[in-house]
Amino acid sequence: MSYGKETHTITAVVEDRPGVLNRICSMFRRRGYNISSLAVGKSESFGLSRMTFVVEGDFKTVEMVSKNLNKLIEVIKVFVLSKEHSISRELALVRVNSNVDTRSEIMQIVGIFRGKIVDVSRDTLLVEVTGDENKVDSLVDLLTTFGVQEVMRTGTVAMSRGISFEDRNYKEKINNH
Amino acid sequence: MKKRGSQIVCESLLREGCNVVFGIPGGAILPLYQTLPEYPELRHILVRHEQGASLAADGYARITGKPGVAFATSGPGATNLVTGIASAQMDSIPLVIVTGQVNSWTLGTDAFQETDITGITLPITKHNFLIMDAADIATSIEQAFYIANSGRPGPVLVDIPRDVFNQEIEYDFVKGAKLPGYSPETIGHPTQIKNAANLINQSKNPIIIAGHGVILSKAYAELKELAEKAQIPVITTLLGVSSFPEDHILWTGWPGMHGMAYASFALEEADLIIALGMRFDDRITGNPEKFALNSKKIHVDIDPSEIGKNINVEVPIIGDVKNVLIEIIPQIETGTHTSWLRRIEQLKDEHPSLKIPETDKLLGRHVIREISNVTEGNAIIVTGVGQHQMWAAQHYRFKKPCSLLTSGGSGTMGYEVPAAMGAQVAAPEETVWSICGDGGFQMTLPELATIVENKLPVKFAILNNGFLGMVRQWQEIFFEGSYVSTAYTGNPDFVLLAEAYGIKGIKVTDKSQIKKAIVDAMEHDGPVLVDFIVEQEDNVYPMIPSGMTVNEIIEENINETVKIK
Repeated sequence: MSYGKETHTITAVVEDRPGVLNRICSMFRRRGYNISSLAVGKSESFGLSRMTFVVEGDFKTVEMVSKNLNKLIEVIKVFVLSKEHSISRELALVRVNSNVDTRSEIMQIVGIFRGKIVDVSRDTLLVEVTGDENKVDSLVDLLTTFGVQEVMRTGTVAMSRGISFEDRNYKEKINNH
Repeated sequence: MKKRGSQIVCESLLREGCNVVFGIPGGAILPLYQTLPEYPELRHILVRHEQGASLAADGYARITGKPGVAFATSGPGATNLVTGIASAQMDSIPLVIVTGQVNSWTLGTDAFQETDITGITLPITKHNFLIMDAADIATSIEQAFYIANSGRPGPVLVDIPRDVFNQEIEYDFVKGAKLPGYSPETIGHPTQIKNAANLINQSKNPIIIAGHGVILSKAYAELKELAEKAQIPVITTLLGVSSFPEDHILWTGWPGMHGMAYASFALEEADLIIALGMRFDDRITGNPEKFALNSKKIHVDIDPSEIGKNINVEVPIIGDVKNVLIEIIPQIETGTHTSWLRRIEQLKDEHPSLKIPETDKLLGRHVIREISNVTEGNAIIVTGVGQHQMWAAQHYRFKKPCSLLTSGGSGTMGYEVPAAMGAQVAAPEETVWSICGDGGFQMTLPELATIVENKLPVKFAILNNGFLGMVRQWQEIFFEGSYVSTAYTGNPDFVLLAEAYGIKGIKVTDKSQIKKAIVDAMEHDGPVLVDFIVEQEDNVYPMIPSGMTVNEIIEENINETVKIK
């Protein structure tokens, strides 16, 4: 969670091999940059992963993060996403206290957020919600009234809208390899 | 053809043009050593401590321009390399380090002499590899050499488990390893080059500050051409010393913490700073918030992450200094800058930073002056770190490109012995003077044995003040002379020590003996150690205290004789 600090979203295409995450985290640690969330997963191409970083700091910091990421041999491409031209989502699982009195109210709130109830027990509900960070924050905040036992969040994944010129260039670059 | 991993390592090294390796064998790397007799073209120099191997490889790399290569075994062998690797990373020196590792099936079990050396060196290498299959050796070593010596150079470590050296595979080398995430920009952007040329043509008081990048890209001729064509004074960084001939009329010294005051003032008064292959290090900027606020800045560097890191600049150019200068020079108008050059001369008169006070005492500075005179500025000078390093850079008049080897970024004491050894291996016909402090010398002196073994005629000048001199100077200036743990009262007799190694030793205690000792050392066929017993409490001036600006500079009062405590 950003707690009101200035954040920027960076995505990177990296080689999918042991030690790459370590190398990247080591760079962040050594240079003193703060990651507020990090998500990693396979990409559309075999042997490549995509990472999304939400980084705390002003634009200059983000520029230096991007340059230092680019410097790592196993990082193939780095994109700094603008908030207006990108979509960002995260997924959260929330275990919230519930009983016969509160269950329907919780389900209503979850419904407003287009979340899902994925598990029900006598005294808890397990809520799944996706959305940008603010939306997830808001739902968790509302649910705290009922007593939140556990929150598990994936961290943000992000993608630019449409297809940028840079993106196209990069696609050609990897296709040539 | 079937080959063992160790044979593939040797063949890969030879293919990359490596013919000298510094190292020490041990259990995990033994299979590689036992293969060396099959490859007599690969000369192995047996050092006495692995730090000697990595620092010698550094000295070798600086002189040859090729990556220096070092071998060490797993565990303590590998960790002993670390200081040399970190130094090379800070000073952008290409190294390829091959370390032996425990057998692959015992990795992660805390086996005997197991150390996670790729983990340890991760933040101090440009890249590193752990090879788990002999089939990956050739590609990784090809990549290691390419990464080490392209773009901004740096050290690359290749860690190979013992069993992988012994693994036999069907081997057929295909060149052309792919590195999709690595393609250093070497050609400057034409628009930025045009902008830079415009700024240079418009400026009244321009100054060039030449860094290590000029040496790494061998842009000596281009630097000289630019300076002469536009009549721009040239200062250098510490690592840029010897990128520009110091008997040239436009040479204006080097600025910063212990640089010449006139160079620091010139940098401050300039209206345009043309920064070539340098990184606005804190030893130059002091306080980056207040650094050279009167000037616009052009910053040429091959590493994009250096642009805007310490100082904001008007015109950044990412590229190889040589390529960029070749593009800029035709767009530069012939200039005169007469009044600016006159101002520089005036600054030199007002701040005679290189003037030595009248004294009968034997000063470290006298020694450097004399070595400079006797060698006519044409020797390769290798220094350690501290007062003697600053005096060497200040008082030796470098005339030959790439002739000062010094640990700048990392400030590695003890650099002077192994790096001089590496330099002499690289340039057997050249005169190599290792300027040592008595502190640093004792950190790496076991390499004297390596020097004798390999008949390397390195000349050592110890500026022996019985102190960790630079630290003592800080204690004198900032801690009211409280000399905590800086006096070396138990130093050995360095002449006897040299003789124990079979090296000619000369002791100098009087100013009048300096020249003869240096000439004798030069005439002697083989290594010589000269122990100069210099004034104990002499200070390096000028001095801009850490984090301060040129306005806080402390200059020596040359009218006073050197104080005696």
